[in-house]
Amino acid sequence: MRADLELIYDWVPEGAHVLDLACGDGELLETLANNKGVTGYGLEIGHDGINACVARGVSVIEHNLDDGLSSFCDNSYDQVIMTQALQALRRPDKMLDEMLRVAEEGIITFPNFAYWRHRVHLGLRGYMPVSKSLPHAWYDTPNIHLSTFNDFEHLCREKGLMIVDRAVGVGDHQGHWKSRLWPNLFGEIAIFRVRRR
Amino acid sequence: MPDSDTLAFADRPAGSVGVVTPHVARFETPLALACGKVLPAYELIYETYGTLNADRSNAVLICHALSGHHHAAGYHSEEDRKPGWWEAHIGPGKAIDTNRFFVVSLNNLGGCHGSTGPVSHNPDTGRQWGPEFPMVTVSDWVASQARLADHLGIKRWAAAVGGSLGGMQVMQWTMTYPERVANAVVIAATPRLSAQNIAFNEVARQAIRSDPEFFDGWYAEHDTVPKRGLKLARMVGHITYLSEDAMGSKFGRDLRSDDLNFGFDVEFQVESYLRYQGDTFSTAFDANTYLLMTKALDYFDPSATQGGDLAKALAPAQCPFLIVSFTTDWRFPPSRSRELVDALTRAGKAVSYANIDSPHGHDAFLLSEPRYDAIFSAFMNRAARELNIAETGGDEVGKDEASLEETQ
Repeated sequence: MRADLELIYDWVPEGAHVLDLACGDGELLETLANNKGVTGYGLEIGHDGINACVARGVSVIEHNLDDGLSSFCDNSYDQVIMTQALQALRRPDKMLDEMLRVAEEGIITFPNFAYWRHRVHLGLRGYMPVSKSLPHAWYDTPNIHLSTFNDFEHLCREKGLMIVDRAVGVGDHQGHWKSRLWPNLFGEIAIFRVRRR
Repeated sequence: MPDSDTLAFADRPAGSVGVVTPHVARFETPLALACGKVLPAYELIYETYGTLNADRSNAVLICHALSGHHHAAGYHSEEDRKPGWWEAHIGPGKAIDTNRFFVVSLNNLGGCHGSTGPVSHNPDTGRQWGPEFPMVTVSDWVASQARLADHLGIKRWAAAVGGSLGGMQVMQWTMTYPERVANAVVIAATPRLSAQNIAFNEVARQAIRSDPEFFDGWYAEHDTVPKRGLKLARMVGHITYLSEDAMGSKFGRDLRSDDLNFGFDVEFQVESYLRYQGDTFSTAFDANTYLLMTKALDYFDPSATQGGDLAKALAPAQCPFLIVSFTTDWRFPPSRSRELVDALTRAGKAVSYANIDSPHGHDAFLLSEPRYDAIFSAFMNRAARELNIAETGGDEVGKDEASLEETQ
């Protein structure tokens, strides 16, 4: 499984009812269903991802996240998960509100723009960063709202949300002491578990 | 007509079930209908494609739309010019793969293609049923289809599949006989008609009923057919089945001749096309059946008994659903499919939904389109895998006959 998915796997309780926003090929939902009896739905917009979900028996609904989650009722899920999609949304802040309307708890992962390699790209070389977590060229990227660990924590504070857990994904050596100590500098992927207060 | 309809049999593309022969099943047990009347006995005409496996777990039910019937795939003879109405999706290697599945497709009760309906004889009066044929509903159809399943020795459908009105029958199956449906595919359908949908149906019905040759439905006894009414009904229907874009790109404002006539004869190509479609239909379809089937569409609303709560109505369903809509369908637009999807998620059912980009409007469900084919196949393949359905060793025509004999 993708590094950030492996990290959040443990945060999903047994038998939870989850909504996975931008679920991709459904790998996370399938693993959670098979090993933890988790139920729920993936929302996806990419045709290949939708097909892959259907082929593996994961319930997937074609849905553009920019249209919001109005078709899902308040508190109808235990958890809402959104991996690597926050940065591609028109209004990430409004999505956060929606996620925590539909469920009490949300898990969010996104590329940390303040990762040291990104800082080197921009700060020293003067180019927009291109990396494993930000693989697109500036003119051809779905990522329109890049942010950092600090930015996201700031937003959570503004919204009065509680950060239950925070983890970092750094290439293949996640959990390295440096990234745990200074996630904003050494964390390539930001991983948050947040709750309504 | 397009050239493809006149291909020599040998030149037809691979992936067809080939030549098929319909069967007729007779039922002597009275069927109580939703309208309060009882049909003492009836016949259903059906076709099968593929081979029923030993544990009878690979049967797929195909439910037809408004003007459809039992002939969903293959050809009736080597001289037959047109295949069944869902040839695009039923056959070896197609979404409903007859190398794996045993497909059952029937003409609904009240139909005019061989099942008991207004053109059949009423044993009580010795006359044709005509307008006295009782009103049938989607749930009546599903009840009669369950008896056909019993007749074939099929306890549970590997999948119930249908587009448009056929999709409504699939929904009804999952609510009435949840234990008898392992998977459900609902394409270009809606959990209930909108006022606009009902309005279009009413225009079609009024066109038929106001034809001077309708004789209150007793046209057969007057040796006539309300052709003009049927033609108008079909023309209205046909407009709603195509998208504006599809019509525009097919006909534009093309004229049949260079000059305007300033009269009411056919001038635009689209007028000619609609008249042709209407004429063809008016000689091939029964007017009373058209009235019945449009009413069945209007009446369908499973949420009605649950105070409008569709999720509650769908609570009994047990199977995974695949819901498909098409972007340019304005008869049953994607938003109507989404209503069904949202009710299913509220009810906590397994459901997948795809909105397929197609220029063909409502009719897209009948056609082949790479993304539609791919997701349909993915769902059916997974169904086969989960039900442990192996390939039954080719789709030799006639094999199905042998396996059916045992069941009757």
